[in-house]
Amino acid sequence: MSDPRVSLISERLRNIHRIIAVSSGKGGVGKSLVASVLALTLARRGVKVGLFDIDFTSPASHVILGISGAQPKEKKGIVPPVVHGLKYMSIIYYARDRASPLRGADFSNALIELLAVTVWGKLDFLVIDMPPGISDATLDILRLIRRAEFLVVTTPSRLAFETVRKFIDLLLELNVPVLGVIENMKMTNSNFIRREVEKRSVKFWGEIPFDKNLEESIGNAEKLLSTEFGKALKRMTTENLDLG
Amino acid sequence: MHEWALAEAVVRTASQIAEEKGLTEITEVNIRLGELQQVDAEIFKFALSQLKTQKLAEAKFNIRKAKAKLRCRACNYEWAFFKDDLDEDAKEAIHFVPEVAHAFLKCPKCGSHDFEVVSGRGVWIESVKGLKSHE
Repeated sequence: MSDPRVSLISERLRNIHRIIAVSSGKGGVGKSLVASVLALTLARRGVKVGLFDIDFTSPASHVILGISGAQPKEKKGIVPPVVHGLKYMSIIYYARDRASPLRGADFSNALIELLAVTVWGKLDFLVIDMPPGISDATLDILRLIRRAEFLVVTTPSRLAFETVRKFIDLLLELNVPVLGVIENMKMTNSNFIRREVEKRSVKFWGEIPFDKNLEESIGNAEKLLSTEFGKALKRMTTENLDLG
Repeated sequence: MHEWALAEAVVRTASQIAEEKGLTEITEVNIRLGELQQVDAEIFKFALSQLKTQKLAEAKFNIRKAKAKLRCRACNYEWAFFKDDLDEDAKEAIHFVPEVAHAFLKCPKCGSHDFEVVSGRGVWIESVKGLKSHE
């Protein structure tokens, strides 16, 4: 017995120049915000970009970007709609606003299905909004998209970094490209995270100050880009990604 | 159509299997179509006929449909999937991503959404048969 879908994944991703998995070992650190605003920033720079939310049990990027009513088209596969200048794919098109309680094997099956049937076309960047944790999603992306580069998000909290540190070490041990680490919700002058990241010879992208106005910008792409969060991410994108 | 993407996957994988087995010509591809995904067999067959490569030119695609059977992980109850129990939106959603069945279906006995698809999820290749150059 063979699963025919897996063979199609590399073909579907063939015309994508770079794939960035925005991830973290820990939840609640701002991965979805970083992934969404990163994709938005890239789209504003005029590059072809896609955003794929694979946090199937708790998708949030559609709320962050204020996406509603968009639907993919069927054309020998599924063609994601273009929203705010980026191609956007999420399980919300199918699960709607219902909870999707998925165990690991079901998560993997849904991911393989969407990777196999989504027709992205030519992209400069595909940004993947990963779910938290070092389990099925991370293992599946490592198995199915071997050229994915990981952009890791943490907070200054030692509790968050306790897991993020293990996540980074695992990626490094597996020789997986770690694009960099972003320290989100920075509130003090501590250099703890920067030191720990640089000690591992990983690029520290920088700090994003805790932005108390961010919440009121959720759902509004333009407002998000003009927040302190949006400006910091724009600066990091320019400094760290070769946009030609 | 979504069926075209699934057919493309079958053609590609059958060719890979043939390569691994050293087959120069594929004579038969046995496919199992799970009921849960509600693949339109006629469109799927047409797509296969249009997409097949030279190695598959004479191949017969045998399609066997598999009933979808679900088992509750909470109370072990087993039941059969009936698409007519669902509205059009839910049917379509499950067609594209069968795992969203967990959002729309629940155990008829205890109401849990924690169930396993025992059989009949989607498209599988059961076997690929063919000829080697010396045959």
